[in-house]
Amino acid sequence: MLLIQCPYCGERPEPEFVYGGQAHVARPRASAELSAEVWAAYLYRRDNTRGVHAERWRHTHGCGRFFNALRDTTTDQFLATYKVGETRPPAQRSGP
Amino acid sequence: MNEGLRTASGGRIDRTHVLNFRFDGRPYSGYAGDTLASALLANGVHLMGRSFKYHRPRGVLAAGAEEPNALVTVRRDAARCTPNLRATQVELYEGLQAHSQNRWPSLAFDVGAINDLIAPFIPAGFYYKTFMWPKGAWRSFYEPRIRAAAGLGHAPTLPDPDRYAARYAHCDVLVVGAGPAGIAAAAAAAGAGARVMLCDEQSEMGGSLLADAHAQADTAAHPGSAWLARSLAELSAHPRVRLLPRTTAFGYFPHNFLGLNQRLTDHLPDLPPELPRECQWKVRAREVVLAAGACERPLVFPGNDRPGIMLAGAARTWLERYGVVPGTRAVLVTGTDEAYATAFALQDAGVFVAAIADVRHAESAAAIAARAARIPVLSGATVLGTAGRRRVASIRLATAGTELTQPCDLVLMSGGFTPSVHLFSQSRGKLIWDEALQAFLPDIAAERVRCAGACRGILALAAALQDGAAQGAAAAREALDPARTGVSPAGGAGRRDLASARPDATGAPSAPPGMLARSAGARGRAFVDWQNDVTTKDLALATREGFRSIEHIKRYTTTGMATDQGKTSNLNALGIVAHTLGKPLPQVGLTSFRMPYTPVSFGSFAGPARGELFDPVRTTPMHDWALAQGAVFEDVGLWKRARYFPRGTEDMHAAVARECRAVRAGCGIFDASTLGKIEVVGRDAVSFMERLYVNSWERLAVGRARYGVLLRDDGFVYDDGVVARMAHDRFHVTTTTGGAPRVLAVMEDYLQTEWSELSLWLTSTTEQWAVIAVQGPSARGVLEALVDIDISAQALPHMGVASGRICGVPMRLFRVSFTGELGFEINVPADFGPAVWSAVWEAGQPHGITAYGTESMHVLRAEKGYIIVGQDTDGTVTPDDAGLAWAIGKNKPDFVGKRSLQRPEMLRADRRQLVGLLTDDPALVLEEGAQVVSAEQPGAPSPPLGHVTSSYHSAVLGRSIAMALLAGGRARMGQRLYVPTSDGAVAVQVASAVFYDPGGARLNA
Repeated sequence: MLLIQCPYCGERPEPEFVYGGQAHVARPRASAELSAEVWAAYLYRRDNTRGVHAERWRHTHGCGRFFNALRDTTTDQFLATYKVGETRPPAQRSGP
Repeated sequence: MNEGLRTASGGRIDRTHVLNFRFDGRPYSGYAGDTLASALLANGVHLMGRSFKYHRPRGVLAAGAEEPNALVTVRRDAARCTPNLRATQVELYEGLQAHSQNRWPSLAFDVGAINDLIAPFIPAGFYYKTFMWPKGAWRSFYEPRIRAAAGLGHAPTLPDPDRYAARYAHCDVLVVGAGPAGIAAAAAAAGAGARVMLCDEQSEMGGSLLADAHAQADTAAHPGSAWLARSLAELSAHPRVRLLPRTTAFGYFPHNFLGLNQRLTDHLPDLPPELPRECQWKVRAREVVLAAGACERPLVFPGNDRPGIMLAGAARTWLERYGVVPGTRAVLVTGTDEAYATAFALQDAGVFVAAIADVRHAESAAAIAARAARIPVLSGATVLGTAGRRRVASIRLATAGTELTQPCDLVLMSGGFTPSVHLFSQSRGKLIWDEALQAFLPDIAAERVRCAGACRGILALAAALQDGAAQGAAAAREALDPARTGVSPAGGAGRRDLASARPDATGAPSAPPGMLARSAGARGRAFVDWQNDVTTKDLALATREGFRSIEHIKRYTTTGMATDQGKTSNLNALGIVAHTLGKPLPQVGLTSFRMPYTPVSFGSFAGPARGELFDPVRTTPMHDWALAQGAVFEDVGLWKRARYFPRGTEDMHAAVARECRAVRAGCGIFDASTLGKIEVVGRDAVSFMERLYVNSWERLAVGRARYGVLLRDDGFVYDDGVVARMAHDRFHVTTTTGGAPRVLAVMEDYLQTEWSELSLWLTSTTEQWAVIAVQGPSARGVLEALVDIDISAQALPHMGVASGRICGVPMRLFRVSFTGELGFEINVPADFGPAVWSAVWEAGQPHGITAYGTESMHVLRAEKGYIIVGQDTDGTVTPDDAGLAWAIGKNKPDFVGKRSLQRPEMLRADRRQLVGLLTDDPALVLEEGAQVVSAEQPGAPSPPLGHVTSSYHSAVLGRSIAMALLAGGRARMGQRLYVPTSDGAVAVQVASAVFYDPGGARLNA
């Protein structure tokens, strides 16, 4: 069970959160004009990172807010959590 | 009990407290403090189990959690019957009843032992090659027999009558293992001010000290037992320390979250009603110290599996902890100096030590001491074989070209020590191969964890104590560091110095490889994995057949896959495979250490979440009324919903037919409170709805409602529901019953992350409103007298919404219908629901008002072709497929899913479209999910055209009706198709899905 730092509430156990997939994937505006390839990339293509992954979490059973996190997928260690709209902080991989 | 097999004094048993027990029905006795295994040995019983595959007679190999052979079933009653317990861990109590396993008809005479005679024909992987012919025999013959033969004990078939508790706990320092290192760590951490938890799997804390009467705890030569007693007394009196005996740390999860299973009553003769059987602790520790100890390794030589052949350390435990003399004439086969101490201890206890076969060639100081004690030592010895069926009777040794046969009833073996790195490895810590110890040690930690003592290769007592104290103090320092930010950041990651740093082999033995060289004249199989009967030949076979990865070899031979998870066998197997492949051992790799460390009962994981507490139950405000009316309920998500209201002896079919007729002919009342409800409020509420739903909302007037369709961005229908505009900036959104949480989550997602510039609020109101649907031609007549607003067809037409009062209670009244009849849905604050429901019920009596349930609701809506999202759609259905293209706002630049609807695939004419199906035989009701094909002939190749999504008998129409998703369905009106069933193909005709009142005259009445 992960321990997650909600930027609004502090450290809380994983069952209070819902995972929200890869972060920083903006829904294209004026989607009607997009090519099928660009639209498909938005819909279906996601990174499968080994290492530091920027991802979304929602503190569903807490404040209800979405936020972003940097998690090392090889160690499950969180390097940072930050609010929606904030830029991704620089982060080095943890561990070996 | 055979007193001759007990020492005169000593040990940690209570000789004044005799306990009677039964093994396979025979009465025996032992002492308080005994385990089942020690008590059986004290009664001269070495044969305790049969091996899994060959049914070979087996005795105890080890004395602790790593025991592979002595698996028993402990039975209190028909429901309290636990299989596959290690006899070495079963504490004796008065009246204990244990049974051996994997034998028939008895442990001494086992028919299954025939497998041992045909062993040459059933090597590793034989079942992959053997049961191939004839083809049909697999299901009818082979599989049932293999399944019957598989498994060891049998689980009880009755429900578990015991209670299991679950507890969350936090501490500064969790110490796993209360051996000398663990106790020293806990004491040091507590002394430094930390809140400490110390758990140990055994009944008594002390680890190796319990089995070593002569241990010196420090240079002042304080006896280990005195140090232990004093330390435990101090710890148990310490206000910041919690001691958890009989508690196994079975799993290490991310961010220092550990699962501990505490056994509270298994050792008691009578079960105290106030105690749960087990308690599962879910511990979040700021720092963890692992002091899990080490397991002794067996040696791999021919005939190494007979009862009476055991690990040297185990024999020492029987002797010094339990006061049991495990034999009369012993031979020690060893590659370590440590094992010599066992030989001396046995000799002191009066056991004749016939020989020590040291597999090393160099003469050690221990060997010289043994010779001085008149024990013959054979250097560079190897074992050619053993004899004895139910107990070892002799051993054949060879050294320097000579052979000798030693009669004996006890063979001790020691191949070095394997540090228990299970939990460290589970925490994703990296291991490193140590050549001197011939073992893997903790290397780089991934969590805030330290290892102490034998589990990181520090075997000598004084060094382990020192190490424990140092690690405990360091853990406390870090846990209490005011600068630390919590458990989750990468605190322990990469700290090689903390986890490993084995000092230069303090007392470390020069361990040999586990497998003894096989010399000429050797006879018999050499077992590597006792429990799963894996021999050196099996491993060699696997490599010969091309297996290279240790993970593949493990699965092919099943080595290390038994309930003991290879605690005694894995490293020897690795060594043999490495040797066979001619590779250095670390290059062969290591199989994963998985949780649980030892088996944990299902009850412990379930905890209190059983029966009524398994899931929350949601009931509507009118639940009690339905209950009083004798409603039959169904589960819809977590909700209990009234399915139908039987009268007298009515079955569901009859009740539903009556309820449906009543709604069409007069008036029905239905509890729709479970519908999801979300209040969308704010300046930009309408923009938000425009962007999210396919519909157009800008021009929806206040006081009007619309059927809304919600897509995912991939263009497929996600949810639906009526949406009413209560004010310019306020929408009352309804969702499907099951969809409410996920629709609100999607709304929040878009609002918070995509369109955060919009100003509005989203509030779940599902449980704030009670919803009473009144449906049927007389619905208006029933309600008119109860409400304070005009509900005439002119004032409140279909899809009109009004606020007012009913019975003096504030109300939102929706003129909506999911039945196709004139209908209203009354929304009142939940607490008023029952009173308003009763008032409507009373007012409806002159109109013959009838309560109907979800089953009738389904029939009524299907008669009108109204879809249920999730039943008539399946996540691959577009609005057009479902016949809902009319709902899409025509001039909207964008909405969620719009771009996807323009993909060529979404516009194909042969997409599956929702249509009606009418069976030729009106009495026949199709099965939902059945396929639809074009060919009548059974067996003829005919691609499926689609499937039946909804199917009911309609009492009002006097026939069956069905809906189906059908390829190019709307172009197939009138076509004759077939639905294959087990009774042959059923002829159907494609029709409109609107079976009743297609013009909608009744709806608009």
